[in-house]
Amino acid sequence: MAAIGPALTFCVLLLPFMGALMAPWLVSRIGGARAAWLLALFPALAFLHFCGFLPEIARGEVRTGGYAWVPSLNLSFSWFVDGLSLAFALLITGIGTLIVIYSGAYMKGHPHQGRFLSFILLFMGAMLGLVVSDSFLMLFVYWELTSIASFLLIGFDHEREAARRAALQALIVTGAGGLSLLAGLVFLWNITGVTQFSLLVHMADGLRESPFYLATLLLVLGGAFTKSAQFPFHFWLPNAMEAPTPVSAYLHSATMVKAGVYLLMRLQPVMGDTPAWEILLPFFGGITLLVGVLLGLRQTDMKLILAYSTVASLGLLVMLTGFGSSHALEAAVLYLLAHSFFKGALFMAAGAVDHEAGSRDITRLSGLRHTMPLTFAAALLAALSMGGLPLFFGFLAKEEIYAALAAGNPRAVFFTALAVIGNALMFALAFATGLKPFIGARNRTAAPVHEAPPALLLGPLLLAFLGLACALFPGLSHTYLSSPMASAVAGQAVTIDITAIPHFRTPLALSLLTIALGVLVYWQLDRVRDVTTRALDALGEGPDRGFDHFVSGLVRAAVLVTRVVQPGRLHIYVAVTFVMLALTLLVPLFAFGELPAMPVWPKDMLIEEAAFLVIALIGIFAVLRARNRLTAIVSLGIQGFAVAVIFLLFGAPDLSFTQFMVETLSVVILALVMTKLQLTLSDHRPMREALLDATIATACGLGFTLLLLKALQMPFDRVLTDFFNTYSKAIAHGANVVNVIIVDFRGTDTLGEIAVVMITGLAVLALIRVRAGRRAT
Amino acid sequence: MNTLILRTVAPALTALMLLFSVFVLLRGHNEPGGGFIGGLIAASALAIYGIAFGVGAVRRALRFHPMAIAGAGLFLATLSGLLSILFGVPFMTGLWVYPRILGLEVPLATVISFDLGVYLVVLGSIVSIALALEQDSETEIPDAEVAQAPPLEQVPLRGKRRRRDRQPRETR
Amino acid sequence: MEALFAVLVGFFFAAAIYLMLSRHTVRILLGVALLGNGVNLLLFTTGRLVREVPPIIVAGQETLGTGAANPLPQALILTAIVISFSFFAFLLVLTYRAYQELGTDNSDRMRLSEPSDEPLPPMGY
Repeated sequence: MAAIGPALTFCVLLLPFMGALMAPWLVSRIGGARAAWLLALFPALAFLHFCGFLPEIARGEVRTGGYAWVPSLNLSFSWFVDGLSLAFALLITGIGTLIVIYSGAYMKGHPHQGRFLSFILLFMGAMLGLVVSDSFLMLFVYWELTSIASFLLIGFDHEREAARRAALQALIVTGAGGLSLLAGLVFLWNITGVTQFSLLVHMADGLRESPFYLATLLLVLGGAFTKSAQFPFHFWLPNAMEAPTPVSAYLHSATMVKAGVYLLMRLQPVMGDTPAWEILLPFFGGITLLVGVLLGLRQTDMKLILAYSTVASLGLLVMLTGFGSSHALEAAVLYLLAHSFFKGALFMAAGAVDHEAGSRDITRLSGLRHTMPLTFAAALLAALSMGGLPLFFGFLAKEEIYAALAAGNPRAVFFTALAVIGNALMFALAFATGLKPFIGARNRTAAPVHEAPPALLLGPLLLAFLGLACALFPGLSHTYLSSPMASAVAGQAVTIDITAIPHFRTPLALSLLTIALGVLVYWQLDRVRDVTTRALDALGEGPDRGFDHFVSGLVRAAVLVTRVVQPGRLHIYVAVTFVMLALTLLVPLFAFGELPAMPVWPKDMLIEEAAFLVIALIGIFAVLRARNRLTAIVSLGIQGFAVAVIFLLFGAPDLSFTQFMVETLSVVILALVMTKLQLTLSDHRPMREALLDATIATACGLGFTLLLLKALQMPFDRVLTDFFNTYSKAIAHGANVVNVIIVDFRGTDTLGEIAVVMITGLAVLALIRVRAGRRAT
Repeated sequence: MNTLILRTVAPALTALMLLFSVFVLLRGHNEPGGGFIGGLIAASALAIYGIAFGVGAVRRALRFHPMAIAGAGLFLATLSGLLSILFGVPFMTGLWVYPRILGLEVPLATVISFDLGVYLVVLGSIVSIALALEQDSETEIPDAEVAQAPPLEQVPLRGKRRRRDRQPRETR
Repeated sequence: MEALFAVLVGFFFAAAIYLMLSRHTVRILLGVALLGNGVNLLLFTTGRLVREVPPIIVAGQETLGTGAANPLPQALILTAIVISFSFFAFLLVLTYRAYQELGTDNSDRMRLSEPSDEPLPPMGY
């Protein structure tokens, strides 16, 4: 069992990916609705597997496992399941199962339902991997994979521009955050020398005292804040509501957006408890809370209201995680669990309403309770939990929040006030979606004819009841879920013992205040909406418009850069290349004083050697000065033959013959082409350009001369020469060492080279044939 | 270039050069020479033949498309390298056999067939390039086709199209 | 001796680069041809110069004599010569075809793939 355990967990981590691979095929074979029930087995099995961990984790143990990947770099595929990971894994697989079933009914008849289910399962696999990752690299890979899956899901309806924009926005924001996170993880690795979260805990002190602590923190926060839609990156989350509702219910309420919070909770024992942590997190979390509820108030679309309230909830979670007391961490854990239940349920209920009534506008919907009583029940239960009314899980969370925040010092008072305002407005938002569309008179224009199908009801009802059950049996839920999770977040054993029985102390009073305020806002919802809309309009453009400016600016900048670096003129490209070449050659020689010694005039120079050097030079100058075709061809031939003779004079007959043949053939084919064309041979460069070009050319030539002189003055390394000399006859049975090198020692190179020669032949043939083929028609 | 002297000398010269190219190829392992040089000499020989008698004559003499020859050469070279796999030695290891042919020990090796491959690739590719260019610059236009009066730059095509029915392999 | 070669190589490179900086494709082509020879000479000289004795093992010997040339750069250059020739042939045909298609041998007027009045890319999503 000990041996089979890790292998089993590994398979379970791959299960959703296998489901993703099978989904399109399965849907096309047996239809979307039935396929969804089968596909739900994948996450359900994973859920059961992780349930098996519950007793051990509750005892405070952890489960680890993994396989080495690149041992030399200390990279591994390794996982680590503690209370925090387990709670997330259960949420992901549990809610995931419900979502897959829900999608089967919600997307019924959609031509791309298989693709949709595949994306959902892909995301599930990525998210599951993310929360159990032990190694940094594995976390990062899964982190980016969730961004990509989210991109695919938001842009699922890719024929609408709004969906494309939202998808791109989410990808850019979370992708940029991912890069920031990667940099942060590299910092963590460099500071502590470990690449695994399980080992990081022991390095906490060294990390907090490191001079790079703040930089690391900022980079990690860059990743976490973008993923968890913290202000000022909150805008992508509401836009992501362009995705089909199951996506919103799954990714953008319960799982993906909590990845950032997960990361912060995971790092809390290591990086927390510092001034920077306790200032940055509550500050940004608090702003996000306020911004979320205020922006949510002006919305009338159920999904958008929920999206903004999710932003607010994420803000609250970040605020609690960074508040700096173990009470606050317990509150964060409770609220995270409660939020996953009630927000998932509300989203799915909103989807069911949309599916049946064809609208999500709370000003148009009313009286749905008559036709959709079960949806109403689910939505109401979830709203009660979200509103934090007694007997519900949300209430426990809220009690814990107030108990944690109410400490008496000014900082605590400030954040308590913030939490009260935020929670009160969230209460109003909860009932705006969970109650308002269902009560009142029936509306004729948007009236559903019947209740949603069972597959659409299973999810919301189950999650809503879980919110009630967890609060009714706090012993059970605390022992197995919240206490181990809180212990992992706090970095020490913590026991949560709050129950649904109200305590007559400050937290209760604050709860009552919250509810009273919430009821007031709900009662005056229309008026409050008008006021906030006007106030927000007065504030001007938000970061969402800023994103548009950013993207169009990026495109313009890219165009500008392209026009500068690619002006479309060969001359400029060549000039830049050779200027860089000249600099590369000359600068190091001069800068490091590596200039060669002045060479002496060779005394043993033979007359024929000198003659051919001069002939080569004459050939070069003749090419430069050639004014007509014949001169050019002849002078090219002169320098080529001179080089051939030079090879012969210096003991290279093979080269010499080859050069002779090549020069002959060059002259032949050059003549063949040149006689066909009336090409301008003399070039009419203006004096200024000619001078500039000549300067570049001379600089390069000088650079090569100096480099070669320097190389010649260095001691000659004979290792390779001696190798070929020793073995040419001995093992390759050849006396012509040059030929032995070509066909034997370096045979693979030669094979590549003759392939190049052949490809050139084919290309020439193609170039000539292209025209033949086109004109022939 | 259809001078009488060239036409008279060309066949003999080509034959000599081709023979010499094979000689250079085979002695390459122990004396100056080898596949690259041999291939270039052979290509020059065929280019001279082409200048004297036209592209069609060369193509007929070769029997195969020059690119097919190059392809065969590349195949042969690769095969020579792969042969070592059968003997469990790394790619491109030279293998030698010394069969006795007519009472004379003849050393044969994969390096020789490899060099032969090089020879064929160089020969085929360069002849192919040279023929393509020569063909393009030939201006033998039948009167019937002049009547259609295409722009000047299309002229070379005509010779090609005419030959195409004789050499269907060459079209694709 | 080698120092003179270094100077010659410098001239080869300078001339080749000056030609390649031209706007006329034929001159660029001539520049490429010169560049190939310059590079070959550079390699040849780096392997040190030895007069007249080719790197061929004399019959009966197992290794090269002391005065023999360095075979390694020769092997490199031999293939380089053939490859630069086929490259030269390809460029020549490219020049020729470009002239036929575009009616110019001035690289500044070859703006088919990068037209000077290219419109902005689409700005939507």
